[in-house]
Amino acid sequence: MTEERDQKIMQPKNPVGFVGYGAYIPRYRLPATEVARIWKGGAAGTPIDEKAVAGLDEDVITMSIEAARNALARAQINPADIRAVWVGSESHPYSVKPTSTVVAEAIGDTPHTLAADWEFACKAGTEAIQAAIGFTGSGMARYALAIGMDTAQGRPGDPLEYTAGAGGAAYILGPADESLAVVEGSYSYTTDTPDFWRRADEKYPSHGERFTGEPAYFHHITSSAQELMEALGTKPVDYTFVVFHQPNTKFPQRVAKTLGFTHEQLEAGLLVPRIGNVYAGSALVGLTAVLDASKPGDRILLVSYGSGAGSDAMSLHVTERILESHELAPRTEDYINRRTEIDYATYARFRGKLSQ
Amino acid sequence: MEITSHWRIKKQRYSLVGEECPHCSAKIFPPRDICPECGDEAKDHYQFSGRGEVYSYTTLYNAPAGYEEQAPYTVAMVQLEEGPLVTAQLTDIDVKEPEVGMPVEMVTRKLGSEGDRGILIYGYKFRPVLETA
Repeated sequence: MTEERDQKIMQPKNPVGFVGYGAYIPRYRLPATEVARIWKGGAAGTPIDEKAVAGLDEDVITMSIEAARNALARAQINPADIRAVWVGSESHPYSVKPTSTVVAEAIGDTPHTLAADWEFACKAGTEAIQAAIGFTGSGMARYALAIGMDTAQGRPGDPLEYTAGAGGAAYILGPADESLAVVEGSYSYTTDTPDFWRRADEKYPSHGERFTGEPAYFHHITSSAQELMEALGTKPVDYTFVVFHQPNTKFPQRVAKTLGFTHEQLEAGLLVPRIGNVYAGSALVGLTAVLDASKPGDRILLVSYGSGAGSDAMSLHVTERILESHELAPRTEDYINRRTEIDYATYARFRGKLSQ
Repeated sequence: MEITSHWRIKKQRYSLVGEECPHCSAKIFPPRDICPECGDEAKDHYQFSGRGEVYSYTTLYNAPAGYEEQAPYTVAMVQLEEGPLVTAQLTDIDVKEPEVGMPVEMVTRKLGSEGDRGILIYGYKFRPVLETA
């Protein structure tokens, strides 16, 4: 490692990790064939099998509360000891009024806490985790809660409508000796790349179509993963699992191959074919499925991507605590198996796409 | 309801926080500061587990103002495992599915909103217990 590389990667003075994690995925599923039926006469290939859709009474606040309660159940800590509740999302229910204050109140963390909402397209959740690593690693706080959650938007008929799903995950950062997975180091790669955006007051996002691939998703993810592994002296073969941001099935498969990861390393965390692209929750809910399958000693590489654009990479080392944590809250697979199929009309009603 | 009324009862609504009587140990929901069992003062907070079973239910097809968008939906009396009977909407459930005695668990969901420009109201509902492997 050169001195320059030491400065690029981030490692807190006090070692920290995830002391708890929790997923949430709503029960409704829209098969991608339904979108093709409505907009392409059924004659179109589909990028995933189906996506998760939030019910009429669900939004980023309610979904974050359930994921946070699952994370607390695994952490086995007093919620009042959490000093930050940070929620990353593209679908905050209010434009002005924090999602995080409702979540903090509902889990019993108020009033002695910071609370804020984060925004960086699909990496707002890992951005919150990076900040929580610093907040706990500096000793300013013992515990911090970081959430990535979305009820993703896609304009009717847009290619995004096949994949834009609902779900996400919550993580409690805290001291390494209480953690079920310790953070070995993290890295962030950021440039000004306008591949996908939503202007203020617009309901649906716009995107640069093929521009979202090579200069955006692939460049940022390969850069952040390679920089982190080089700095830590690790190689793809050193990791049991790898989780990438997953906007569709092909992108994470291709970037895994480019970086030298195998299908087996990717498979456990590749949820997009069954729940869709859950934007700020995408890589993070994939990681919950990986943690559900992890054993002590496993190593995990997490690499998010957010349009606009940036990528956060984190190297995690799983500890003995993982075993006792598995049964303390529902597994991600339990939520995926809770499946009620809906048609496009019901989906249009649930997502407020009907105007009267 | 006014904003202040929603704000005052947020603890009990978001997370099913009631009271426990220090004299006879009765669990109280909603909190009312006087124990309905023994009549003494009871102000100690108590966090309910959220688990219970359906005591009775009815399905609404003609919903009152403010709830039309969610119809049809089912409202149930839920007997909490700690004793109190609470009235709440059932969620994540089809209208033909509810049964008396069905085990349910509390979740925090959107109850409604004060119009397009008003605040969003969140609170407890109950759903069938999530099946875990």
